[in-house]
Amino acid sequence: MASLKELKNRIASVKATQKITKAMQMVAAAKLRRAQEAAVAARPYAHRLGAVVANLASAMAGRDDAPLLLAGTKRDEVHLLVVCTAERGLCGGFNSSIVRLAREHAASLLAAGKTVKILTVGKKGADALKREHGNRMIDRIELRGVKTVGFDIAVDLGKRIVDLFEAGEFDVCTLFYSEFKSVIQQIPTAKQLLPVKVDAPAAALETDYEFEPDEAEILETMLPRYVSVTLFSALLENAAGEMGAKMSAMDNATRNAGEMIDRLSITYNRTRQAKITTELVEIISGAEAL
Amino acid sequence: MATFKFELVSPERLILSVDADQVDLPGSEGDFGVLAGHAPFLTTLKTGIVTVKAGGVSSRIYVRGGFADVNASGLSVLAEKAVPEAEFDPAVAASETSAAEAVLAEAKNEEAKDRAVKALDELKTAIAALA
Repeated sequence: MASLKELKNRIASVKATQKITKAMQMVAAAKLRRAQEAAVAARPYAHRLGAVVANLASAMAGRDDAPLLLAGTKRDEVHLLVVCTAERGLCGGFNSSIVRLAREHAASLLAAGKTVKILTVGKKGADALKREHGNRMIDRIELRGVKTVGFDIAVDLGKRIVDLFEAGEFDVCTLFYSEFKSVIQQIPTAKQLLPVKVDAPAAALETDYEFEPDEAEILETMLPRYVSVTLFSALLENAAGEMGAKMSAMDNATRNAGEMIDRLSITYNRTRQAKITTELVEIISGAEAL
Repeated sequence: MATFKFELVSPERLILSVDADQVDLPGSEGDFGVLAGHAPFLTTLKTGIVTVKAGGVSSRIYVRGGFADVNASGLSVLAEKAVPEAEFDPAVAASETSAAEAVLAEAKNEEAKDRAVKALDELKTAIAALA
């Protein structure tokens, strides 16, 4: 049986922890709102650009002068996995579920005899993949100092990936991130980034569309941008998802701490009572003996 | 006068959505104006100024790295950077200039260098026009 002193210390320590997790939950809730707003605000651009690229791409389909980013290298040997995770932990299974998906993907590629290269964005993903795939990691990008994800970050990252692709460093690039469904639900997702794979155009291209300069040239400038925008929305979804996951993880932690405090308090009170009873019995029996 | 829907979108947010009478744009192959009922048209834009006339009020917006899509539902401009005239202060101009100069300094081949010089020129023209 723990002594009263020990129990008291224990309760105080759990209470302190509860205060911290409670504060973290509230901070995450505030940040979540901002991240969610940013993700929603970025949607119109991504949506429109996607539609235009899809239209152009379907017009270009099968033509020989299709840009490299769309046509690809026609090979399927070297795969680049871009794994986007959060910078910080304490957000439940958020990071590990993204990493698990990437790891499974890498394992199946390796089993098929392909070469795998990994680029991580975010500290947690790099840490988790270091042991198993350390020699396959070409770089790790950390966004620790970044408060809000700006488009320029995505542009730099996109440029880097496109440059690698044009230099023939890899054939297929897959992006791993977490899709933000709701506060309690984030779905780890794998998305092919390069060669650009577009969804079928929602509506058929109007036949009398005029292009200036021609389709190929417009696509040439638009595809790198499309890559950046895809990365940007993935980063934003990740930011919102991280905060959502953190919020529910911290909510759980706060509740668990509360339960623990209740349990410990009961033990503490019982122990105290037992001690008083024993003391009384001692006094009474001492008095009787006189 | 007939109006059409004009939307200006940057990657971060939807900046403007109005019913416009006329919009003048700096197309990469030459400036052009859009009125209601324009034929479907898709073009890249150079760095420059978009002029929007809506309800008798004319406003100017600085755009970089964008393209314009005119179709039956209206005109949408997707720009990497868009700053309304009122918010375009010397600090923005300076940061845009230094970014363009960085691109020029990084340019490896002649073609890229030409492009960077052209972009810088366009930027300087736009800054001069807004000053």
